[in-house]
Amino acid sequence: MESRPRSFYVLAAFFCLFLLFLYGPTLTIGILSFQGPQGGLTFPMNGVSLHWFRDLFEVQAVGDIWGSFRRSFVLGLMVMVTTVLISVMAGLAFRKRFAGSGILFYLAITSLVIPSILISLGVGLIFNQLGLKVHWATSGFGSQLTWTLPFGLLIMFAVFNRFDKSYEEAARDQGATAWQTIRFVVLPIIAPSLIGVALFGFTLSYDEFARTLLTAGSYNTLPLEIFGMTTNVTTPVIYALGTLTTLFSLLIIAVFLLTVWALSKRRARFGSDAGKGV
Amino acid sequence: MPRSLIAWLQVTPLSLILMGFLVAPIIMIVIVSFWGATEFSIYPAFQFDNYEFLFGSPVTYKVFLATFKYALITWAFTLVIGFTVAYFLAFHIRSQPIQIALFLLCTIPFWTSNIIRMISWIPFLGRNGIANQTLISWGVIDAPLDWLLYSDFSVILAFVHLYTLFMVVPIFNTMMRIDKSLLEAARDGGASGFQTLRHVIIPLTKPGIMIGTIFVVTLVMGDFITVRFMSGSQKANVGRLISNDIALLQYPSAAATAVVLLCTVLIVIAILMRFVNIRKEL
Repeated sequence: MESRPRSFYVLAAFFCLFLLFLYGPTLTIGILSFQGPQGGLTFPMNGVSLHWFRDLFEVQAVGDIWGSFRRSFVLGLMVMVTTVLISVMAGLAFRKRFAGSGILFYLAITSLVIPSILISLGVGLIFNQLGLKVHWATSGFGSQLTWTLPFGLLIMFAVFNRFDKSYEEAARDQGATAWQTIRFVVLPIIAPSLIGVALFGFTLSYDEFARTLLTAGSYNTLPLEIFGMTTNVTTPVIYALGTLTTLFSLLIIAVFLLTVWALSKRRARFGSDAGKGV
Repeated sequence: MPRSLIAWLQVTPLSLILMGFLVAPIIMIVIVSFWGATEFSIYPAFQFDNYEFLFGSPVTYKVFLATFKYALITWAFTLVIGFTVAYFLAFHIRSQPIQIALFLLCTIPFWTSNIIRMISWIPFLGRNGIANQTLISWGVIDAPLDWLLYSDFSVILAFVHLYTLFMVVPIFNTMMRIDKSLLEAARDGGASGFQTLRHVIIPLTKPGIMIGTIFVVTLVMGDFITVRFMSGSQKANVGRLISNDIALLQYPSAAATAVVLLCTVLIVIAILMRFVNIRKEL
């Protein structure tokens, strides 16, 4: 192995600084959330306690955060399932050019780049003028999809750009119907990427703020609740909440990544033996 | 069944969602931007008052200028940092598992809450925060710096913190597709490391840079929450202009500003899209 050039060490140091920049603040509030009962929002630590985590379970200290957590969780699952289903279907369609495919693609890009507050404002106005009540599970749900679907679609493009069509041709030559080809050949091959789409769908929804601001109605989602707290809570309880929800996000990410890893392991074990001379 | 019919059926759900929650809201905003408002309600009309007021107010120009300023500065920082990080990952890490692990480390924060990540700067930047305490203990400054938090500095710092990932990922993606033999050829031809970077890697990475640019510029231009939170409501951008109007129930005025913002963003994107074919680059 050739020795590392000097630029490697400079860049490695830069990379470490970048990671510190990325994670340092989050770790800091992680530490500060263990402040003693008299502690403030900054260092020094005034003792070490679980006081602020206990506060999270008292309604008078923090309001309805567990209700908002439940709503965000359910909404995240709804958005996740819908995003995966719609993205896969659209991804399959976009493999061939069809009338309107260009317009639809640019609409999806617009959906990605449009300032989120416009979706919030527009959807809020429509519901308002139609005399409908905005609710996180209807208007909030639809607004979040305008953010997650373009990501899902772009991932599907990336997947199908790399997809080897000869697998499908082989299935068809063996007499598989169109549905069988998708169900038993295409879907298993793209399964790990679908977990990626699901991860995007859930986490982007779970953390979404701007698009739900005017579309969630009277029951807040968790990010809205947290933002509300920033204006009137001046104790480390907000760090405790931040730490807990970040840990929850990390747990979700870990579950998804482990699933992808397990799938690829399984595939390596049970995969094709073609060309191995078995 | 004809093939195009199947394709249409497959994209029907996507089209319906985009129609209902993207196209219809945009049309609604355009319509309402011509409406009038009283203190408590809005009423249908066809008047240009909102636009006249918007273009007649010097605040508008100042705020649009500030928005472009945020976008430009954030873009410059995220580009330099993102390119350097992606370059290190793509060309200096030799083992693939480590490469994947480090890449994931860079992307994980993207899947956590932006608001929490903003809040987490407070203990760093506050008057008695870590930055001020450290600088004082080193003797660099005598009194705490006031401009660390609730200033343009903290706004841009938060933008860079939140959005550098959007540069790292697409740039890394294009770099990984550069044929390594091109780099060998450059070295064999006698190019220095810097020359290889300048004449081989950067030109081949341009599509990734463009995609990252589109993400960062649109996210910063459409933002209102980062500016509000990190500036302690002391700075403004166009998004905040809109959200302030919304808070005052002045929806027609908010809609007019939103229309102008949307046109601005779409023009910027249209210019950037001329340099890159997104679908080919994924």
